[in-house]
Amino acid sequence: MTTKALKLKELAKGEDRFAHGHRMCAGCGAPIVVKQVLMATDYPIIAANATGCLEVSSCIQQFTAWKIPWMHSAFENAAATISGIEAMYRSLVKQGKLEDKNVKFIAFGGDGGTYDIGFQALSGAMERGHDMMYICYDNGAYMNTGIQRSSATPFGADTTTCPAGDVIPGKLQNRKDLTRIMAAHGIPYVAQASPANWMDLMKKVQKAFEIKGPKFMNVIAPCNRGWRSRTDDAIALAKLAFETCYWPLYEIENGITKITAKPKEKKPLVDFLKPQGRFKHMFAPGNEYLLEQAQAYVDAQWERLQKEAAFWGEE
Amino acid sequence: MSKKFWETLPQGSVVLEAGSSAKFKTGTWRSMRPKWIEENCIQCMFCWMYCPDMSVKVNAEGKREGFDYDYCKGCGICALECPGKKGNKAIVMEEEGK
Amino acid sequence: MGKIVAVTGNEACAYALKQINPDVCAAYPITPATDLMQRFSGYVSNGQVDTELVLVESEHSAMSACIGAAAAGGRVATATSSQGLALMWEMLYIAAGTRLPIVMPLVNRALSAPLNIHGDHSDGMGARDTGWIQIYSENAQEAYDNLVQSFRIAEHLEIRVPAMVCMDGFIVSHSIERVEYIDDADVKNFVGKFQAVHPLLDLEHPKSYGPLILTDLYHEYKRAQHEVMTKVPGVVLEVAAEFEKMTGRKYGLFEEYRLEDAEIAIVVMSSAAGTTKDIIDQYREKGVKVGLLKPRMFRPFPFTQIAEALKHVNAIAVLDRADSFGGYGPLFSEIAGAVMSMDHKPAMINKIFGLGGRDYLPEQAEQVINELIKISETGKVGAIKEYIGVRE
Repeated sequence: MTTKALKLKELAKGEDRFAHGHRMCAGCGAPIVVKQVLMATDYPIIAANATGCLEVSSCIQQFTAWKIPWMHSAFENAAATISGIEAMYRSLVKQGKLEDKNVKFIAFGGDGGTYDIGFQALSGAMERGHDMMYICYDNGAYMNTGIQRSSATPFGADTTTCPAGDVIPGKLQNRKDLTRIMAAHGIPYVAQASPANWMDLMKKVQKAFEIKGPKFMNVIAPCNRGWRSRTDDAIALAKLAFETCYWPLYEIENGITKITAKPKEKKPLVDFLKPQGRFKHMFAPGNEYLLEQAQAYVDAQWERLQKEAAFWGEE
Repeated sequence: MSKKFWETLPQGSVVLEAGSSAKFKTGTWRSMRPKWIEENCIQCMFCWMYCPDMSVKVNAEGKREGFDYDYCKGCGICALECPGKKGNKAIVMEEEGK
Repeated sequence: MGKIVAVTGNEACAYALKQINPDVCAAYPITPATDLMQRFSGYVSNGQVDTELVLVESEHSAMSACIGAAAAGGRVATATSSQGLALMWEMLYIAAGTRLPIVMPLVNRALSAPLNIHGDHSDGMGARDTGWIQIYSENAQEAYDNLVQSFRIAEHLEIRVPAMVCMDGFIVSHSIERVEYIDDADVKNFVGKFQAVHPLLDLEHPKSYGPLILTDLYHEYKRAQHEVMTKVPGVVLEVAAEFEKMTGRKYGLFEEYRLEDAEIAIVVMSSAAGTTKDIIDQYREKGVKVGLLKPRMFRPFPFTQIAEALKHVNAIAVLDRADSFGGYGPLFSEIAGAVMSMDHKPAMINKIFGLGGRDYLPEQAEQVINELIKISETGKVGAIKEYIGVRE
C-alpha cells in the first residue's frame, strides 16, 4: 500500500472512522487525537481501548462512535487485550482460516491506564513483540474519575488528590517520562506527538504502520476540565506544550533519537502554565520557586533530548 | 411467541452497528454557536482537522461548507484556530438563543 | 479406539489441549498448573499444534488476552491455579458477561495467606459467582474427559459462556494414573469446528465490544445471563450422552454412588470422593445404608436434580474443601439450598476438610459416617459446621 498523501483537502474528502455523536466533553483533545490517528492511514484497523474518558464516552449502550472493530474490556489491560486479538489474527491467517488483509492493531489508553495501572500489561506486550501500536492520550491525570493525580501529572499541578493547599503546593513530583521508558524496551519505534502538529502526528502513525512489531506513541491531549482552561484552547495549549519544550516532538526509531519538529524559539514554560487553572497557585507571590523548579526540569529534559539527538546526528 | 425485552438484547452487549453514535445528537449541549463567514474563509481546513466532534461539513470537492449543528458542542476550537483572511476571522462564536 | 497411558492430571489435560488444538492460548506459570501449559508449550514448539501461544506477564493479562482472542473469533484456552485465578478475578466476570466461550483448566489450590501451594477448593469457590461454568473432576481421567466435553458445552450456540474444568492440585495434577486417551480424530470430530459469533476480525461488519451499560439496561443483561445458565444442564447432559456413545464413559450433572437406597449420605467433590467410596463400600458390607453424591457441575448448580437424588436420605454430611469464613462451607450452602425444596428435610452437617492439601484420610470418612449413623438414630445434630482432620 502506498502511504496516503497528507494534504488537508484530500484528507477532508475521506470518511471519518470515528463518528460524531460521541460524548466527550466539548473541546476535549482526545477525539482529535483519535481522528488524526485513524485518518493517517487506509489500512484496516482494529483497536482496543482501556477504560477511561475516551472509552466511556465513545461507546455507550447501542451507541458507538467507532467505525472500526473495537474492544474495551477493562482499565489495566488494553495492551493485553490487543495482544490476544492480534494473536488470534496471526493464528487464523497462519492456518489459512482468514485472509491476510494487513490489519493494523492499536491500543488506546489514557495516562492512568498507560503510565500507571496498565503499565505492566503494556511493558509485557511490547517485550513479546506483538505487531501493534500502543497510543497513550496523555491528559496528565485521572480525568474520567474526576481529576486525580497520576504519574503523568506534571510537577506543581493542582488535582483533586494533590490539591494545592497551605502545606503542600500541588503535585510534588515530576512526571514519569514514559516515552523514554518505552524506548528502553528496545522496540523498533517510539514517538511523542501532539494533535496541534497534525502533520507530524500523522506522519509518525504512517511510519509506525510500515514497521513490523511493537510501537508506542505518546500524544498530549489537553483536557479543559482537568486543566481548568477554556473549551476552545485544546489545540492552542497542545501547541504551547510543544513551543515551550514541555512536550517535545521526537521519535526513537531503532534506538536512534530524532527531534521531528523544533520550535522556532523556545518559549518560557509559564506561557503553557498560565492559561491553566491547575497551575494558578504557582503564580501566587512566594511561590516563584515552583515555577523555577518546573522550568528547570523542562530545561534539563530538553537539553538531554537535544544531546541525545545530536549524538545520532539527528538534531 | 413474543420475546421478552431482555431476550432481545445483543449477546454479550456487543454493539453491532458501527458509528451508531450518529443517532445521538450532541448539538443540544451547545451554549455557544460557531458562525461561518464564508467571505473570510480561505479553505485552510484547520477547523475541520481540529474539530473534536466531526461537525464541520465538507463537500465532495473537499471544500468546507457549513457546520453540522446536530453534533457541534460549541467548544470554539474552530474559531480560535481559524486564521481568517486579512485579520478577519471566518468563524466567530455567538451565544445560543440570541 | 484410544490408548491407555499412565500420566498425571496435568499431562492428560495438556494432551487434551493438543488434540483440541485451540487457535490461541495465553499462559502464565503458577504452581500446580504450571506443568500443564509447560507441556503444551512443547507441542507448540514442536509444531504439533497450530496454536499461537501468548506468554503473558501475569494471569490478569492471560485472561485479558484470552478475552481479546475469543472476541476476535476463535477457540481459546488457558490454565491457572489459586493466586492466578484470584488475579484474574476482574476478568473472569468480563469473560462471562461478554459471553466468550473460553475454556480453562483450574488446578485447585489453596489461597494465601499463609502461602500454600497445595490442593483445596478455595480458588474455585471464590470464582463461583463469576458466571463461568464450573466442572469438578475426581481424577485424571475425569479431568481429561471433562476438558474435552467443556469445549462443546462452552461453545454451544445457546450457551457461549466460559467454562472451568477443575481438578485437585497435586493430588490429581501431579499423580500418575491410568488414563484412557481418545483417538485424535475422534476428539477433533467430537469438539468440531469453532463457530464464531460476532467475530471482531470480521472487517466487513465492524463491531464494538464492551460498551458502558447504565441503569436502564444492566439489570436486563444480567437477567439474560441468568437465563443462559438455566440452559447449561441440558447441554451438559446432551454432550455427556454423545461422549458416552464415543467412549463408553458415563457422565451426569453429579455422580451417585450407592445412593439409591441410602439412608445417610455424604456429599463431596473431586478426589476426596474416591477415598469416600472405598469407606462406603466397607460400611455397606457391615449393612450400613450409606451413599455418596459427588457434584460434577458446580455452576450452574443442579438444585432440583440433587434434591431429587437426596430425597430419601435422613442425614447428609457435606464435606467442603474450602471455607467461607463466618459462613457455612460453600458446597454445604448449595446443598442446603437444594434441600429447601424437599418436603421431608434431612438433617445436615458440614465438615471442612483437607485445606491447603491436608490429606483426607479414610478415618475421616469413617468419623463422618459414624456421626451420620448417630444422627440418623437419634435425630439430634450437634455442631452443624466443624473442621475435621485438624491437629488439636
